[in-house]
Amino acid sequence: MTSTPLATYQPDQRGLALIGGEATDANLRRYLHGIPGIDAVGLEARAADLGTRSIKTSSKRWAIDTIIGLIDLTTLEGADTPGKVRSLVAKALVPDPGDPGCPRVAAVCVYGDMVGAAVTALGSAHAAGGTAGGEVQRVRVAAVATAFPSGRASLAIKLADVRDAVAAGADEIDMVIDRGAFLAGRFGQVYDEIVAVKDACRRADGSMAHLKVILETGELNTYDNVRRASWLAILAGGDFIKTSTGKVAPAATLPVTLSMLEVVRDWHRLTGVRIGVKPAGGIRTSKDAIKYLVTVAETVGEEWLTPHLFRFGASSLLNDVLLQRQKMTTGHYSGPDYVTID
Amino acid sequence: MKFLDYAPAPESQALLNLKSDYGLFINGEFTAGRGTPFQTINPATEQQIAMIATANEADVDAAVSAARRAYNGVWSRLSGSDRGKYLFRIARLVQERARELAVAETLDNGKPIKETRDVDIPLVAAWFFYYAGWADKLDHAGVGPNPSSLGVAAQVIPWNFPLMMLAWKIAPALAAGNTVVLKPAETTSLTALLFAEILQQADLPAGVVNIITGDGSTGQALVNHPGVNKVAFTGSTSVGRAIARSVAGTDKKLSLELGGKGANIVFDDAPIDQAVEGIVRGIFFNQGHVCCAGSRLLVQESIHDDVIDRLKRRMQTLRLGDPLDKNTDIGAINSAEQLARIRELSDLGQQEGAERWSADCEIPENGFWFAPTIFTNVSTSHRIARDEIFGPVLSVLTFRTPAEAIAKANNTPYGLSAGIWSDKGSRILAIADKLRAGVIWANTFNQFDPSSPFGGYKESGYGREGGRHGLAAYLKPAVRSGSRSLAAADHATTPGSKKSASASKKSASAEKAAK
Repeated sequence: MTSTPLATYQPDQRGLALIGGEATDANLRRYLHGIPGIDAVGLEARAADLGTRSIKTSSKRWAIDTIIGLIDLTTLEGADTPGKVRSLVAKALVPDPGDPGCPRVAAVCVYGDMVGAAVTALGSAHAAGGTAGGEVQRVRVAAVATAFPSGRASLAIKLADVRDAVAAGADEIDMVIDRGAFLAGRFGQVYDEIVAVKDACRRADGSMAHLKVILETGELNTYDNVRRASWLAILAGGDFIKTSTGKVAPAATLPVTLSMLEVVRDWHRLTGVRIGVKPAGGIRTSKDAIKYLVTVAETVGEEWLTPHLFRFGASSLLNDVLLQRQKMTTGHYSGPDYVTID
Repeated sequence: MKFLDYAPAPESQALLNLKSDYGLFINGEFTAGRGTPFQTINPATEQQIAMIATANEADVDAAVSAARRAYNGVWSRLSGSDRGKYLFRIARLVQERARELAVAETLDNGKPIKETRDVDIPLVAAWFFYYAGWADKLDHAGVGPNPSSLGVAAQVIPWNFPLMMLAWKIAPALAAGNTVVLKPAETTSLTALLFAEILQQADLPAGVVNIITGDGSTGQALVNHPGVNKVAFTGSTSVGRAIARSVAGTDKKLSLELGGKGANIVFDDAPIDQAVEGIVRGIFFNQGHVCCAGSRLLVQESIHDDVIDRLKRRMQTLRLGDPLDKNTDIGAINSAEQLARIRELSDLGQQEGAERWSADCEIPENGFWFAPTIFTNVSTSHRIARDEIFGPVLSVLTFRTPAEAIAKANNTPYGLSAGIWSDKGSRILAIADKLRAGVIWANTFNQFDPSSPFGGYKESGYGREGGRHGLAAYLKPAVRSGSRSLAAADHATTPGSKKSASASKKSASAEKAAK
């Protein structure tokens, strides 16, 4: 029982023009299956090759600070409380109490019912409306929604989930696609849902929360599926494509992220529009994160290394990066007791 | 500074302990050469690395005699499993000293450290491990039961993969029971001489492997030496032809691995991003100094513009410069002579009307460098579509139908390698069946494995290296007494009990020697 028929939402016209008609299963299938395939061995070899770049001294210092500024510091637990979220926000604002020069993270990422707590805790540091600026770097609030992580709920529930989070002050919505529908070939349904969720991101003043579309690549299983789902999400109007919920293994991998970056690069060639990419889950070390920066820079260009176009969905990554940062400043390694737990 | 201007990340040379002069390695010892020594330089800086001895005819004779003595006295009497032990030991030592060998190879050859570290040296170890395993299984090499070795093998190798080509030559020769005299290329002798030190470390019996250095005349004296039973050469087609001529009429067995002008065929249903990677790997790997390089890109006309656009974008991310920097993709051209040839052919390509495009990259002041370059609008009659350039230069041609792709791919005097890019398995098999090339890669390029035979058709040479076939190049069928029929001879060798008992006795005594 859906409250509003899907057809009433305004789809992205550019996407429709490319598909060459209505977003029906058949039209979408024709379009998505016309995209060149991916050779898994070749893709993984390329990702491994990018992973061998050696980032040293000044480049490493820049990379470390950039990584911090690209993190969506995340807590997505059943046990989350306002207290836990306050602690997370404090960490987001002052990642390293020993070094006031340490940059802030891009956003905190929480469940929808914790958005209020996050907004309150951020106070004046909240980047309301998603516009960062001024002297102080502001922090955004991202909310997972649409019956995250499985997405198994009616559309009405999913949309209500989104509207609640937006109304509570979320700047960004991380939605999940209906993987079941995608794998069953009901591309039209996946497309329509993204269009509807995008519409639900509209605030009372007409501005929009940013929409990140989670593909859950671990459930899509093949790189060809990841590529098609990426195109589908972008055609339907997603601002960001995101690998995973973090609740399914494997989560983000370098080859999967590379394949999504290639889609984003091709979309930019085709339309001039820049779409963001967010690998999430499983990135725990600075070394891994640097491989992602290299992959972004060499695939789509380093102009993508800004919070508007690239994010890491991670929690434990931040402390490893901070340890590396302290090492670069002081010249020696400290230990886990020299960074704060959130 | 932009992030993509990665800060320098040079590999340390501290591990290297090079001598200022290197002699010849004959009969297990370094001895001075009787010819005039020459310098080996770093092609990235033009600085001298060391002085290398030149072997004259007398030295060649001494090396061949040492190899003959070692063959008669030790190596041909050793059991297969004992020969295998030495080869395993060499393989392990190569792995232990891998970083040192990688740095030395990069210094001497100019190729990037990431290639010597991740490709050349690991393959050297893999080759020795692979053939070590074969040494006691020669009955299965495909030349019948109880095959016998040939004797002394004269091996002449090129400068593009110095240590790897050495391994391709020495490992199967020793596994099969031959002894070796090897001559590395004039510009890249260094790692072969470090390898000689490894042989000393491995306690390989004196004279089993001899390494003599020098220019073309040394190589000529070696292959023409009457005491040699087998000649194996990798290098240019013109030299290969000369060797074939001089060996003709003798009972020397010959294998040649020569030039190539590989076609890399990209169909419109190819996995496009991986195909672009494959094109890059096919022609810019090792600065294009690869005999099996995919130097002719055959791309289906319907996707030509898209592929070229993607290729150019990708080429802009290639990093040319200090070969010792871990982020360098394109190193130095090996010699001034080779650079001149690449320039000459490229200029000719332009004069003939092909459209030239090179990636923007800063060319260092000293050393020999050539920016990655592609030519579009190339037709089959252009020199750059026919001659082997042996540099980072790609000629792009188009085709409309699979039949045209096959015809154009085969329209070359060479026949070493080819690549096919398509998502359609049946098409790959059908096309591969019709290509006249020794190695055909599907949805990949320039992949090497010791278990896979490698070699050419037509002017790319004959004989195979790698795999069981590579072993057969160093073996001959068992010598049988005249009147016995084939079947009887086969039968005579089957009751294995007696044979294996004596073999194990032999190996027990030889084990002591190998320890």
